[in-house]
Amino acid sequence: MADIAFLLLIFFLVTTTIETDAGLDRMLPPAEPPEDIDVVIKQKNIFTVNINRNGQLLVEESIMDIKDLREAAIAFLDNGGDGSCNYCKGRKDATSSDNPEKAIISLKNDRETKYSTYITVQNELVGAYNDLRNREAQRLYGSDFTDMEGKFLNPETPSAERDDLKPKVKKIQELFPQKLSEAETSNN
Amino acid sequence: MAKFAKKKDGDLPAVSTASLPDIVFMLLFFFMTVTTMKDSSLLVENTLPNATEIKKLEKKDRVIYIYVGKPTREYQSVYGSEPKIQLNDKFASVDEVGSYILAERAKKPQELQNVLTTALKIDKDANMGLISDIKQELRQVNALKVNYTTYEGDAFNNLQ
Repeated sequence: MADIAFLLLIFFLVTTTIETDAGLDRMLPPAEPPEDIDVVIKQKNIFTVNINRNGQLLVEESIMDIKDLREAAIAFLDNGGDGSCNYCKGRKDATSSDNPEKAIISLKNDRETKYSTYITVQNELVGAYNDLRNREAQRLYGSDFTDMEGKFLNPETPSAERDDLKPKVKKIQELFPQKLSEAETSNN
Repeated sequence: MAKFAKKKDGDLPAVSTASLPDIVFMLLFFFMTVTTMKDSSLLVENTLPNATEIKKLEKKDRVIYIYVGKPTREYQSVYGSEPKIQLNDKFASVDEVGSYILAERAKKPQELQNVLTTALKIDKDANMGLISDIKQELRQVNALKVNYTTYEGDAFNNLQ
């Protein structure tokens, strides 16, 4: 009997995992910008996404279905208009972003936008960055960026492996820096 | 002269209790493994939205939780049905968020105070107005690392 009890005990020990929460990691902008420098950003380097109270999207002044958002964001980030980005595979459209370094996605929402819509949009925009980063990580290191980052952030990964991953993760992050700005919500 | 007297027919043998401790231990271990500790009981409805690009929140000691949602049925008569903020075990208004974060941060060990994440567990039916106000409060107290806690699943299910 005791053997059976131990067997069951070990079975449950191995199979049960303590539930961990997961979600979208975001950084908020600091309350006050460090210095008041007038940064001039060209309009073509900003990808504006507006969500209205009914959950409809206005992307770059035209209505867009939420399902097309990821592709549009990828096209914008990957454009490489000024030719300085040698890993970009976009259309090199002169009226779109210069390079991923300069490309900024600006997200604006209404006070009455539903949270679920907001999360879907956030998810698609983060997904666009992740898709591009995965592509570059596959090209340079032969594995997905999301896997590498997950392994890097997991405290159970041996530190030698983490030290190895750190420069790679950083390099990919620099290739496509996540520049997602959120404006204050509008009241109307 | 039979040494072993035959038992009478129909007399039931007593149930052996020798295995009882094992059974009890087995149950004990079972419940020990499957229970998770609950920090605070939820006063609000908390159906999280779905997302695919998620990251796990490792290290529970570095997380501060904020719950937002409609009050549950038993509280609706008192607090109404508009989404409310829950901090620890009670409802709170937006301007209490900042002081709550500071108080929670002060409770953590010194070396963790700079690496804290605020987990926002927000019901999918909440409006962004309240959430923007919370974000403003978080910016005021310099708690910039946030995690919108979600379930793993297709994000487009949120829209239905």
